Amino acid sequence: MRLKHCLLAAAASLALTPMAIAGPDAGRGHDGDVKIIYWQAPSIMNPYLSGGTKELEAASLVIEPLARYNEKGSLVPWLAQDVPTVANGGVSADLTSITWKLKEGLLWSDGTPVTSADVKFSWEYCTAEGGGCAQSEKYNDVTGVETPDDLTVVVTFGVAKPFPYGPFVGAQAPIIQAAQFAECLGPKAPECTEANFNPIGTGPFTVTEFRPNDVITLAANENYRDPKKPAFASVTFKGGGDATAAGRSVLETGEFDYAWNLQLAPDVLSAMEAAGKGKVVADFGTSVERIMVNFTDVSPDLGERRGTADNPHPFLTDINLRKALSMAIDRNLLTEIGYGPAGTPTCNVLPAPAIYASTANDGCLVQDIAGANALLDSAGWVKGADGVRAKDGVRLSMLYQTSTNAVRQDYQALIKQWWQEIGVETELRNINASVFFGSDPGSPDTFQKFFADVEMYTNNFDGTDPEAYMANWACDQAPRPETQWQGNNMPRYCSAEYDALIAEMATTGDIEARAAIAKKQNDMLMQDYAIIPITHRGRVAAHSNKLGGVVMNVWDSELWNIADWYRAE
Amino acid sequence: MLTYTIRRLLIAIPTLLIIGLAIFLLLELAPGDPMAQVPLTVPPEVKQAMREALGLGEPIHVRFWKWLVQILVVEPLNLIDTIFNTTFAEGKLRIISWQTRSPVMEIVAQRIPQTLWVVGMSYVVGVLIALPIGIISAYRQYSVFDQVGTFVSMIGYSVPPFFTGVLVIVIFSVQLGWLPSIYDTTLVVNDWDSFVLQLQQMVMPVMVLALQTTAQISRFMRASMLDNLNQDYVRTARAKGMSESVVVLRHVLRNSMIPVVTVIALGVPAVFGGAIITEQIFKVNGIGQLLITAIQANDLPMVHTLTFIFAILIVLFNLIADVLYGVLDPRIRYD
Repeated sequence: MRLKHCLLAAAASLALTPMAIAGPDAGRGHDGDVKIIYWQAPSIMNPYLSGGTKELEAASLVIEPLARYNEKGSLVPWLAQDVPTVANGGVSADLTSITWKLKEGLLWSDGTPVTSADVKFSWEYCTAEGGGCAQSEKYNDVTGVETPDDLTVVVTFGVAKPFPYGPFVGAQAPIIQAAQFAECLGPKAPECTEANFNPIGTGPFTVTEFRPNDVITLAANENYRDPKKPAFASVTFKGGGDATAAGRSVLETGEFDYAWNLQLAPDVLSAMEAAGKGKVVADFGTSVERIMVNFTDVSPDLGERRGTADNPHPFLTDINLRKALSMAIDRNLLTEIGYGPAGTPTCNVLPAPAIYASTANDGCLVQDIAGANALLDSAGWVKGADGVRAKDGVRLSMLYQTSTNAVRQDYQALIKQWWQEIGVETELRNINASVFFGSDPGSPDTFQKFFADVEMYTNNFDGTDPEAYMANWACDQAPRPETQWQGNNMPRYCSAEYDALIAEMATTGDIEARAAIAKKQNDMLMQDYAIIPITHRGRVAAHSNKLGGVVMNVWDSELWNIADWYRAE
Repeated sequence: MLTYTIRRLLIAIPTLLIIGLAIFLLLELAPGDPMAQVPLTVPPEVKQAMREALGLGEPIHVRFWKWLVQILVVEPLNLIDTIFNTTFAEGKLRIISWQTRSPVMEIVAQRIPQTLWVVGMSYVVGVLIALPIGIISAYRQYSVFDQVGTFVSMIGYSVPPFFTGVLVIVIFSVQLGWLPSIYDTTLVVNDWDSFVLQLQQMVMPVMVLALQTTAQISRFMRASMLDNLNQDYVRTARAKGMSESVVVLRHVLRNSMIPVVTVIALGVPAVFGGAIITEQIFKVNGIGQLLITAIQANDLPMVHTLTFIFAILIVLFNLIADVLYGVLDPRIRYD
């Protein structure tokens, strides 16, 4: 008995020994180099000059916000002592100001102290005239930033802000060093190449060499606030190639530790994972692949006024038809083919965070072609000799556009088939993504002009608050000639009741009440079939079995907790 | 010969100006938006402000003139500054990339080494393999060696690098684990071990590219040798009692090399242009990868400058090929 105990103890201590050396608490720089691959290479380390995700996430290793979202989507203090709320007195009762307190003793990587002046400067930098700041929306309605002392920052808003966590929150709005960027305001921003490539930050790493669109080498920040972290001494942040090669380098050859955005066919990904060198991780944010239904007539004969509210669509204005289009789609099959573990079928345009997700529309998950046919029959749409329904001389023939992308073309082909079964003829079209998502008002092919009957793409929102996102479908957000075809209301949906909900949301502070309004907005859009959601898309990444501490986060930068990463043997 | 060269160089100036204008207008007319890759969460008015910050608000002719001054005056001045430590170009605005907001030429200079190492090396290797194959294939026409050579060339011609590249990665990186599948551009060669690493990461891209070069050059060499082997002067040489090696390597080879040297010279600009697909597959991140990412991001200053540099190189090497022709073949005289 005693011998057995001894042996067990010996075995246990042997098993534990490596843990004592490697692991999360081994001390700063103990675990050598971590290799990260982003198949789209970052071009700049300043998120204020690039809205791209790749730049945002690369920069998040170096510069940090006051607070950010954790993996559950809740706000956690980062450079601030805590997250101000009305309850703790940090947000004024009239919702027009918010007071942040910086943590004490914070240092920039060059050894100088972080003060409230740096925070104020970050706002000035992004809102300077002529700078083209990509994140200026985060600072909307900010009328002033005051710095009563070195650690206190008071942000005042011109209007009541029920959700005051835009400025200085999340990977999009980090704090930059005033001393470094002082000469880079406004039109001078692009000239500061040195600062844009090698920002001085508070994050766990600092840039040692930045090669645009190729590779970034970073070293542990000696002045990082937690003396034990980061466990890695350096980061090699390689860019370029394609998603398949990135996945292969982590899952099959083990050359890299972490690969970002592996939007690959499910069977390819699982075959790679079978090699046993790493794990695929996925989590779901707010991205939804959806079909937008056009409420306006886009016939070229209408000239200038095509695609505007002046000319209602000849047949998509019939709600029975829109409903039938939604019923005919098998969301489970599409999602399985297109995304596998990285997608779930959804019936909501607002599928997350959980408190905003409605369950009122889940009936759409079951395909019902017979039901759709019956609905169209009863609505008076009669099948002709060619199998296409018509009513009063109007044939159900549609143009269905999306961007060029293998998964989207698979979706198009299947949906065309199902719509044919309910007597709707569909012509498919795909447009190069840089044209489709470009907002050149001179091009007829942008997703905003929407010169088609239905179009499909993915959209989402930053952070966790859906107010701005749900306001996309206000009447005055419809792209039209008067707005140079800008605006977010692609379906040109217009409902006074919906606009009233948007106004109500803007003045409601209570989170439960806001959730109720958001759900109502979502249900209105869904039950009017202005938007036909298909797949709730996740973010997929892969990490090597030798890398520990990875916590996938879809609400902020994926690399948000890299200070806690360690080498697992 | 000198007058000819000078005349050609002078003609090259308007040619290049027209090429520069043509590229500029083509890029201008092409659809696309530098903000297309920015996520949809960024509102359109912000994108518009970003576009204006890039200088997109100005009319076409103003932008072309600015670019012309930058590439012809400011960038050469900067080059002089870096070499001689002068300050001629101080305060002058350089060509700025829209993606990185940094001078285009600095990135180009950063990318040239890996492109020259990998693509240049593959060209040298390809030529060195191709010449003997072409010579032997022609000398022993229809022999087994010739048949095998023809077969390999056929493969080199018809199998694209995006297939051979991935194939060798799957074999040598994934299955055997011998070679890295991702090129490390930060590797500094300073001792034997790092040299071995450099060799390991270069082997696959170099061989994939060399296959293409070998296929083309060996076919040229063979055809040119065959043309010459049946000439009268070869029979004369043999009749004089010269050994076969002298006949083939001195008489026939020299004459056959004339068109081949031209072909080789004309292929050199392509080396600087990088190998878009192969660089992408092996993550070499040279000039080719730079060009393709710039095209994807609609980074017009970058695309414009790179294509213009290629145009200069092509015009220049055409001229070199023509001059070489005159040097090698005494029958050709330009004056």
